[in-house]
Amino acid sequence: MLEELLLTPRQYENLMAGTLVTVQVILGSFALGTVMSLVMGVARLSHRRWLRGWALVYIELARGISAIILLFWMFFALPILFGFGGMSPMLAGILALGLNMGAYGAEIVRGAIQSVPKGQTEASIALNLTERHRLRHVVLPQAVPIILPPYGNLTIEVLKGTALVSLITLTDLTRAALVIRQNRVLSDDPVNVPILFVNVLVIYLFLSQIIAQVFKVAERRSARKFGST
Amino acid sequence: MPATWDWEYAWEITPALVGGMLIIILATVLGIVIAVILGLFLALGRRSEKKWVSYPFAWFIEFVRSTPLLVQLFFLYYALPQVDFLPRAISTLPAMTTLVFGLGVHYGCYCSEAYRAGINSVPKGQWEASTALNLKTTTKWRNVILPQAIPRALPPLGNYFVAMFKDAPQGSAITVAGLLFVARALQSADFRTVEPFTIAGILFLIVSIPAAMLVRRLERRVAYESD
Repeated sequence: MLEELLLTPRQYENLMAGTLVTVQVILGSFALGTVMSLVMGVARLSHRRWLRGWALVYIELARGISAIILLFWMFFALPILFGFGGMSPMLAGILALGLNMGAYGAEIVRGAIQSVPKGQTEASIALNLTERHRLRHVVLPQAVPIILPPYGNLTIEVLKGTALVSLITLTDLTRAALVIRQNRVLSDDPVNVPILFVNVLVIYLFLSQIIAQVFKVAERRSARKFGST
Repeated sequence: MPATWDWEYAWEITPALVGGMLIIILATVLGIVIAVILGLFLALGRRSEKKWVSYPFAWFIEFVRSTPLLVQLFFLYYALPQVDFLPRAISTLPAMTTLVFGLGVHYGCYCSEAYRAGINSVPKGQWEASTALNLKTTTKWRNVILPQAIPRALPPLGNYFVAMFKDAPQGSAITVAGLLFVARALQSADFRTVEPFTIAGILFLIVSIPAAMLVRRLERRVAYESD
């Protein structure tokens, strides 16, 4: 019974190679997305009007356009539009997913900063802290416990988004499955297609559970470190 | 604009891309209908007091929410027809039906969470009063709980509808002739990429930004009314 639900070792090797690419894409997108979230989330609350304006434009555009359209545009149109030689699918995937994530993340960061009691900012000003000190040592540390739970959900959304890179020729987990499906007739590598996709879905479920657990640990730590309640 | 942009060509292909856009919108609207109904059933199933009912519902919702829509679409489109014990009429669906069904189930699971939050926000006194008045379970739900829960669930539901619209172009991967499918067809026919994909992006923003603004307005209104 159980054996019927499994694939051959070679097929698992291919899926694992794909999973590795998926993990690279999610790590890259997460890094870019987090930088964009922090920068744009803080910029949204700047007292400089032009900075606020640009952050808003970025957030509205990167959220309004869907990840898949942004991805295709970056891969197919951007290199020609600006006359450079072309873009690797990995880079296009990380850029598109990272910029998309940054827009959603910026709203999370902005909301969390706004929820830090105003007295904290006022006290920092009274203590003559510079703007940077106020942000780094007073406001942001208190915003972290509020940022983490929605940020974990966002990261799982981005993990699901990584499947899209399979459509621009990058052999991630999803594309590895499609290749196995195609090869089942051509090469001598039969596979039960429903079982194949169930396996892929379970691997994605596993990855998203890992992300959820990592964030749970981070939440507990930040509650201990910064939590005031 | 750089020299790579050809306005004449851009105008020429816009009608085809708008047509692809309409297909995406249609898929979204039909998907919403499924998600709204399915979501409510999933939410109620998950709330069941019997564990053998509520656990499978909870697992299903968690599973669907944790895995990519694209892979779910591939599963429905490529794998389901090869499941032997299903009748052909159910397992082998046209691409557009698969997309609508896939969107509906995927976002139905999200919607169920919105309903759940809405139901949980109904004050305890309302439940107790229903019990005290000896209302039947169906009456309690139909006339007391849901009329209060659903308005509160509307803003998150609206957000999910916008998100569904953003995911609908994934149908092109299973040959639904939507926006991206048209753009890719133009790409292979005319060897041009800049205009099709840029116009596709602009068309998308023209719909999605006002839609998102509408939802935000609804959010403010509901917050205002329930205060």
